[in-house]
Amino acid sequence: MGTKVLIADDEPNIVVSLEFMMKREGYEVLVARDGNEALEAIRRERPQLVLLDGMMPGLSGFDVCEAVRADQSLSGTRILMLTAKGRETDVARGVGAGADAYVIKPFSTRDLMQQVRDMLA
Amino acid sequence: MIAPSIVLAVSAGYLLLLFAVAAFGDRRAAQGRSVIGNAWIFALSWAVYCSAWTYFGSVGRAAAGGIWFLPIYLGPMLAMLLAWIVLRKMVRIAQTYRITSIADFIASRYGKSPLLAAAVTLITVVGIVPYIALQLKAVSAGYDLLVHGVEQGPEAAQPWWRNGTFAVTLVLAAFTIVFGTRHLDSAERHEGMVAAIAFESVVKLGAFLAVGIFVTWGIFAGPADIWARAQVFPELQSLMRLGGGEGTAAFGHAQWFATTILAMFSVLLLPRQFQMMVVECVDEHHIRRAAWMFSGYLLLINLFVLPLAIGGMVHFGPGGGMDPETFVLSLPLAEGATVLALVAYIGGMSAATGMLIVETVAVSTMVCNDFVMPSLLRLRGFDARAGGDLTELLLNIRRAAIIAVLLLGYLYYRIAGDAYALVSIGLISFAAVAQFAPALLGGIYWRGGTAAGALAGLLGGFAVWAYTLMLPSMAKSGWLPAAFLDPGPFGIELLAPEALPGLTGLDNLTHSLFWSLLVNVSLYVGISLWRGPGAREASQALLFVDVFEQGDDAAEPAPIFWRGRARLEDLVDLSNRLLGPLRARQMFEDYAAETGVADVEAITADARLVDRVERQLAGAVGSASARVMVASVVQEEPLGIADVIEILDEASQLRVYARALEEKSLSLEAATAELRAANEALQSLDHMKDDFMSSVTHELRTPLTSIRALTELMLDTPDMEAEQREKFLRIVVSESERMSRLVNQVLDMAKMESGHAEWHNADVDMRALISDAVTITAEVFRERGAVAVADLPAQVPLIRADPDRLTQVMLNLLTNAAKFVPKETGRAEVILRVRADDLVVTVRDNGPGIPEAQRAAVFERFRQVGDAATRPHGTGLGLPISRRIVEHSGGEMWVEAAPGGGACFAFRLPLGPGEGEGHGHQGADCR
Repeated sequence: MGTKVLIADDEPNIVVSLEFMMKREGYEVLVARDGNEALEAIRRERPQLVLLDGMMPGLSGFDVCEAVRADQSLSGTRILMLTAKGRETDVARGVGAGADAYVIKPFSTRDLMQQVRDMLA
Repeated sequence: MIAPSIVLAVSAGYLLLLFAVAAFGDRRAAQGRSVIGNAWIFALSWAVYCSAWTYFGSVGRAAAGGIWFLPIYLGPMLAMLLAWIVLRKMVRIAQTYRITSIADFIASRYGKSPLLAAAVTLITVVGIVPYIALQLKAVSAGYDLLVHGVEQGPEAAQPWWRNGTFAVTLVLAAFTIVFGTRHLDSAERHEGMVAAIAFESVVKLGAFLAVGIFVTWGIFAGPADIWARAQVFPELQSLMRLGGGEGTAAFGHAQWFATTILAMFSVLLLPRQFQMMVVECVDEHHIRRAAWMFSGYLLLINLFVLPLAIGGMVHFGPGGGMDPETFVLSLPLAEGATVLALVAYIGGMSAATGMLIVETVAVSTMVCNDFVMPSLLRLRGFDARAGGDLTELLLNIRRAAIIAVLLLGYLYYRIAGDAYALVSIGLISFAAVAQFAPALLGGIYWRGGTAAGALAGLLGGFAVWAYTLMLPSMAKSGWLPAAFLDPGPFGIELLAPEALPGLTGLDNLTHSLFWSLLVNVSLYVGISLWRGPGAREASQALLFVDVFEQGDDAAEPAPIFWRGRARLEDLVDLSNRLLGPLRARQMFEDYAAETGVADVEAITADARLVDRVERQLAGAVGSASARVMVASVVQEEPLGIADVIEILDEASQLRVYARALEEKSLSLEAATAELRAANEALQSLDHMKDDFMSSVTHELRTPLTSIRALTELMLDTPDMEAEQREKFLRIVVSESERMSRLVNQVLDMAKMESGHAEWHNADVDMRALISDAVTITAEVFRERGAVAVADLPAQVPLIRADPDRLTQVMLNLLTNAAKFVPKETGRAEVILRVRADDLVVTVRDNGPGIPEAQRAAVFERFRQVGDAATRPHGTGLGLPISRRIVEHSGGEMWVEAAPGGGACFAFRLPLGPGEGEGHGHQGADCR
């Protein structure tokens, strides 16, 4: 069975690009449009990696991250936070929430892919 | 007739009760829960003014002269009108400089002159001792009447040791010693004594009213009945109208005026009044209320004077052998109301004892401080440098003085008996203390008064008083040959004491008051002007006259008129001797704490310390003696007038500095507050800017992310399918457009917020503008299969606004509606309405609408409400910008619910300039 990657972002065009990248790499791609949907998908589908947007309506990416880390049964889930907010406090918040990596939008597709490969290795 | 044992038992019981009340007051004071700390008790203690002379004598005076008893009480009421001005000043001065008697007050004002203090004391003793005798006589006469009944005259005099009056005198001496000489210092008041006096005031008022009510409604059938029955006696006619007083045909205006003035002075100047009003004053704020209450008290106690007097005359018959002064007792007694008679007697006793106690405390303080102490200090072994604690000695002197004063009064009573001198002594005493008025009142309002002037005025006035009032009263008693009065001493008519040249036709009191005060004031003013004040007089004058300007607070210190050198040890020794080690220690410790010195040994013996010590000693031994004592232990530089002026200048300079400093610090505080507020505003602006920047960054990064990712992907994937590539490119284009739109709007917003936006106002026809906007957006609606319709009136007035901006607003609202309406069935409606003074534009749709909780947020920047997944794209700036434009045009914009759940945006624009505020948005066509 292939590697499952969940893309959680409320910007459809960003989802388009991330989806293209992940599929090209041969991963199975799941998409969530907001925090609640994302958390639901993580619990149901158990993806190995989540590309998580920090700013989503409803449950934010940070909230989702914290919820996942609080759940022992989901401990294997890798989380890569993507955010358009680049302030230091936001980075600190992401790390504090328990993300494995933190990438600022806009990102380099190559760097992001490399990071994803490393995390799934 | 009442058995002597009962009268004695009740009297003894009453005096015991008095002891209990005083002991209670003192105990509460020791516990710090003062019972006298309120205006009621304070006012009641003033009523010590109403002595036995009031209690029995008012009726006597009324029986002899009708309303002529009234001026004695009108005067004090008039004085009370001035209490807040005059009395408050006296209290402030006395408490600031620890003045304990009226002799001390006058002496202190005129450079702390021991001579002046002695003169005032002498006048007081001479003037007051007969008055004390009168009180004793009242107690004794009352007793006789009760025991022997109305019919019999008093028996032959008993030996003095078996006389009840003597016993009363001794008991009162004991009371006064116990409660009047507990401690030396004036700061600790005689709380127990004040409480007892207030209690006595209640008793005498109650008793007098009880008798009045009994006589008026018990014996007679009300005041009208008394008046009616008095018509029978022609002798009583004159009592019931003005005029005819004291035998003269015409109304004695001069006499009325003189008696009123006299009583006005005496309520302030009698030693017992000074003691109660000034020395025992706990809080000067009580004066204002106490003045009214005291006036009320006087009114009450005079209510039944005329009914009693006339009723008594009617009852016993005019000239019926009964002395009108005993009506208060004899009327109930004659009617067989023995209990009431006993109550009346206790009332009279309370009036007498109250006066005796307070007067004795006041006079004994004066005698001790101003007679005995100065002589004692001259003796070897007692001077200031000698050792030993003098406090006990001082207290013993005071105790001895109390006994001496009371015994003197008793002696006078025994000797004078029923002589004329005693009967008229009340007013004669008043006239004696009235001599203090020029020196005292002049002293607190006129800086020019001098000790020599005051002394000359006092002695001159006193001499005239003695010659015109005292000696004639003795002559009338038969102690001087009658020829002394008529034709005059040595047969010289010009010297006739009651008819000094140029003034005949006046009664003896008015005559005496006129001459004595004339001499007094002339000498006081004349001599004061002839030789100006010396340094010490000038400095004390300043401290007294300007007492309210020289507050006690540290920021504005009163000037201290002292220069020289002192040693701390000498001052400590002196204080130990006169205050006792305990109080002295307390004083120095307080001073150390005030000046911020670590301990007593480190205090600098400067002018301020010397002044403090002298003031404290003044409380114990009087200011004149304190001055002598302090001067003897320190090395003083004699002060000249120039020094006084210099010190005053320094003090006022200091005060100017202090005030300037205070103003500076106040303005500094204000500036700090302003700065803090400005800083807070800046910080909040800064915060807002940060948030704005953060939002803008976020909004810019989002499309940028798509653009970068998709272009990179296309670059890295040369073999991408054409369809995929085209999809990507379309996204890149639309995201680029989104970015440019955002950049434009951010700039727009920033310009508008900073006020740099350009506005091109013109006459705008909103009707045309709206149809244009609907036309422009028709394509957008068509794409979604929706329609936009406009409902416009046939004609609208032109408004003054920027048409391009308003078009922007309309386009924003319409495209928003187009985005949100459902596909195929979407419908938006624009309605324009003209009201009295504004235009209202409404844009409503049949989209999902905006939940009420989020309505306020739609106008916030970058706030896009609703579900992000289903929400169309926007910058989050369209509505905030639209609202700004409308507000800039003088209108307002709001959102409400449309029927059927859609959104309804509306705005109004004023028709004329300057209008548009204060109109609600009722009537928008959302329904």
